[in-house]
Amino acid sequence: MIWDALTLQLGYNATLVTLGATLLGMAAGVGGTFLFLRKRALVSDAISHATLPGVALAFMVMVALGGDGRNLIGLLLGAALSAAAGLLLVSWLSNRTRLAEDAAIGSVLSVFFGLGIVLLTVIQTMSAGRQAGLEDFLLGSTAGMLRNDALIIAVAAALTLALVLLLRRPLTLASFDPEYGTAIGQNVPRTDLAMMGLVLAVTVVGLKIVGLILIVALLIIPPVTARFWSERTDHVVLISGALGGIAAYVGAALSAAQPNLPTGPIIVLVGFALFALSLLLAPGRGALSALLRHRRYQRRVHLRQGLLALAHGQPIYEQLTLRLLRAEGYALPDGVATKAGRGRAAKALRDETRWQLIRRDPAYEAAAQQYDGLTPIETVLTADQIREIDSRIDMRGGVMA
Amino acid sequence: MTLELASNRETAPTSRADSPLAVRGMTVSYGQKPAVFSVDMTVEPGNMTAIIGPNGAGKSTLLKAALGILTPLAGTATVYGKPVSEQRHRIAYVPQRASVDWDFPTRVIDVVLMGLYPQLGLLGRIRPVHRARATDCLARVGMEDFATRQIGQLSGGQQQRVFLARALAQDADLYLLDEPFAGVDAATEKAIIAVLKSLRDAGKTVVAVHHDLSTVAEYFDNVFLINTHRVAEGSVEEVFQANHLQDAYGGRLAGAQMDALQLS
Amino acid sequence: MNGSEFVPLSLVPMLTGIFVAVACALPGNFLVLRRQALIGDAISHVVLPGIVVAFLLTGVVSTWPMLLGAAGAALVAVLAIEGVLRLGKIESGAAMGVVFTAMFAGGVLLLEQSDTSNVHLDVEHALYGNLESLIWLDATGWGSLFDPEALATLPVELPRMAVTLLFVALFTAIFWRPLKISTFDEGFARTIGMKTGPLGLGLVIVAAIAAVAAFDAVGSIIVIAMFICPPAAARMMTNRLEYQIAWSVLFATLAAVLGYVLAGYGPLWIGMRDSVSAAGMIATVSGVILGFSALMGPHRQRGAAAPAA
Repeated sequence: MIWDALTLQLGYNATLVTLGATLLGMAAGVGGTFLFLRKRALVSDAISHATLPGVALAFMVMVALGGDGRNLIGLLLGAALSAAAGLLLVSWLSNRTRLAEDAAIGSVLSVFFGLGIVLLTVIQTMSAGRQAGLEDFLLGSTAGMLRNDALIIAVAAALTLALVLLLRRPLTLASFDPEYGTAIGQNVPRTDLAMMGLVLAVTVVGLKIVGLILIVALLIIPPVTARFWSERTDHVVLISGALGGIAAYVGAALSAAQPNLPTGPIIVLVGFALFALSLLLAPGRGALSALLRHRRYQRRVHLRQGLLALAHGQPIYEQLTLRLLRAEGYALPDGVATKAGRGRAAKALRDETRWQLIRRDPAYEAAAQQYDGLTPIETVLTADQIREIDSRIDMRGGVMA
Repeated sequence: MTLELASNRETAPTSRADSPLAVRGMTVSYGQKPAVFSVDMTVEPGNMTAIIGPNGAGKSTLLKAALGILTPLAGTATVYGKPVSEQRHRIAYVPQRASVDWDFPTRVIDVVLMGLYPQLGLLGRIRPVHRARATDCLARVGMEDFATRQIGQLSGGQQQRVFLARALAQDADLYLLDEPFAGVDAATEKAIIAVLKSLRDAGKTVVAVHHDLSTVAEYFDNVFLINTHRVAEGSVEEVFQANHLQDAYGGRLAGAQMDALQLS
Repeated sequence: MNGSEFVPLSLVPMLTGIFVAVACALPGNFLVLRRQALIGDAISHVVLPGIVVAFLLTGVVSTWPMLLGAAGAALVAVLAIEGVLRLGKIESGAAMGVVFTAMFAGGVLLLEQSDTSNVHLDVEHALYGNLESLIWLDATGWGSLFDPEALATLPVELPRMAVTLLFVALFTAIFWRPLKISTFDEGFARTIGMKTGPLGLGLVIVAAIAAVAAFDAVGSIIVIAMFICPPAAARMMTNRLEYQIAWSVLFATLAAVLGYVLAGYGPLWIGMRDSVSAAGMIATVSGVILGFSALMGPHRQRGAAAPAA
């Protein structure tokens, strides 16, 4: 059953929904990256919560016009309008008043949601039963979706993805270096507007699949995950799109195969699992590798400082330093240097002295930039250069240990 | 001429136990690049010491790590011979102006009263005597007329003076200032230095991160030169010399600037 | 409106609404000033998984296990956000977004997987509560307030919320100075020996306690509105923290009273038969108050002109 779902053999509707979700996941992953890089990830939370009153109002308007009220395109249009209003209010509050953006986001999302709830209770009393579809927008629901709706979502998701890919270049530039973007004549406010438009499109298209409470996860989790795997903006964009697509595809397929697995939460949890793995295990930025690197670095620093202290005949104050020196056989428990320790201490002191000399000399400015207290000088300078430095040390009459 | 830094660390005249602020083997790093590496510093009591060095030399970082605001990778700091955590009541710290939320809803006088917090405790009432003391501290920096102003409405120089007034209210023995003259007007600079000198004359110790080489000799008694490492430490006459500055600043200090300092 | 109608039907929900609004607004002032307003958003979203887990562990829908479960989930969320921030070195908004959506998704999934169809535990209830259901059946009028027998049947949400408000108010009063100083100038706070880390965590935990106690009555969304809207509106009325707190309490109370009245009676005035969601209306009114304050508040704009030195 799960295999059938993953290979898209669960019927026309389920396949459409899975494909639509995958396309949407990719669009959200790519679009969300720009939001994340501009440090505005949670603006999407305001946008998504702000869709609720729009959905309810659209329903009421369509009923008032004599329609059924459940026309998906109409509902999504309403969602887009009120989300845009919410977005405008967020930027008005944070630009025109003294409120910070987080307070603006939080107030807009909660007030719009509250208003939406009020309108939903109004609808409940309007004509019992007919509103059943609207609650699905909170948490998403793909079970028993109409064929027409599934088609609309798949097409809209494909269009959103096409739009994202079209705007990829200017958005990458604007999120990486807005000032440079301005300098080369890019209209940054307009690019920002385009970015928000994309986020809005992803949100609205995703409402029916993932629901308005969880749609932000699609925009936030894949970029954050991708960031662990690359330092290059263009790579992060691609990885994030791929991760978003994978999470949405696996999630939607699993949910189609099992009755008790709601689509939105499963997609989010698959995405979160990928995030957790990356957080812990990614090379470079992952937590484990960062921890090991920090420990290694701290030990090198302590060892180096310990050796320098030995070379100067100074007492060693810190236990960790002493422990490391003893473990390497450079010092005895009372802090006195061993023969090996004296040799290493002399070498460390000589290195340090050379480093200090080249850091004072403008001629070596490029090499001196690489100073971190630990790098052996042989890896930066040629043997000739080191000889030249050493001759200066002798000339200055400094003490060579 | 001796090679000061790595090869010849003469023991400072002030012992570690007497020093208002003694730092040993301090290393602080952001990521894998040390901002401060294995620095020793011994501040002399009853003096004004400037911490100087090029941009990014670790001046502010050293101060923050010594105070425990940043966690160092290695090293210790003592204040009057004891760990900093036991001597907080003897320290007054003036942070960089930019490190604070100036939009915060509070008045000038309230900021100065914050300096009395250690005395007041959690719930101690603010009495007229405390207000009088805060007003007095404001008067010493020439800001008494601004007591009820919202802090966000002050100019940069005025904000800096309010910070100094708060430090005065703490009635400490050791005053640590991070770039007190950054972005302030000339009048404020004069006012601040007058207050600091009066503190020194009253036997207090002042340490300031400073970046304007042209005023070092005029304002300070001692100099601590840093460029990730300690470059030199001692009186202005001894340390504030062309060779040491060249050592600290490398090629970044042009000959013309050296001439302007009238050093050779 | 006479007492025999008001006391049994409206007094308890109105008071509960006021207590909720004020209990959330107090810590909300500091969250807004610390640029941590969205912590309230994150906390309120993880209340759902908390109560679901509590239900699955105990098998019953009762108050204390659910409160504990929600509080536990809030604590887990705060620690997880802090952990992601430190380990991943990413922006705090993104860290919050990752954690609360994942936990919320987990809660919904658990709910769908377990057999809760025969008990009253559903997502909508956790999201927008049911303030109107807090009816005091045995009350007959104002006199019931002094009648021990009638008081025994007072809906338990009211005293619970009163105790929560008392606790939050005490916390704010006792730690007033540390909260103020560390919010304004954290570096200075540390140099005078304040433990700013535990203090910040304490503030978030107090906010979580308010949110958890409130969600049952009003749902988790109005909680976000109360954390943010009254303090944000209050900030634009004054430049003194003491007065800002007072304004925020006033605005919170106003939103609760007006919101409840408009939800209960507003629809009748315009000819509709049934009332609308009180929690939703309270959030809406708080937004309207914020809107007025943003348009007309005397201190709505950042730093007025600086006079010459």
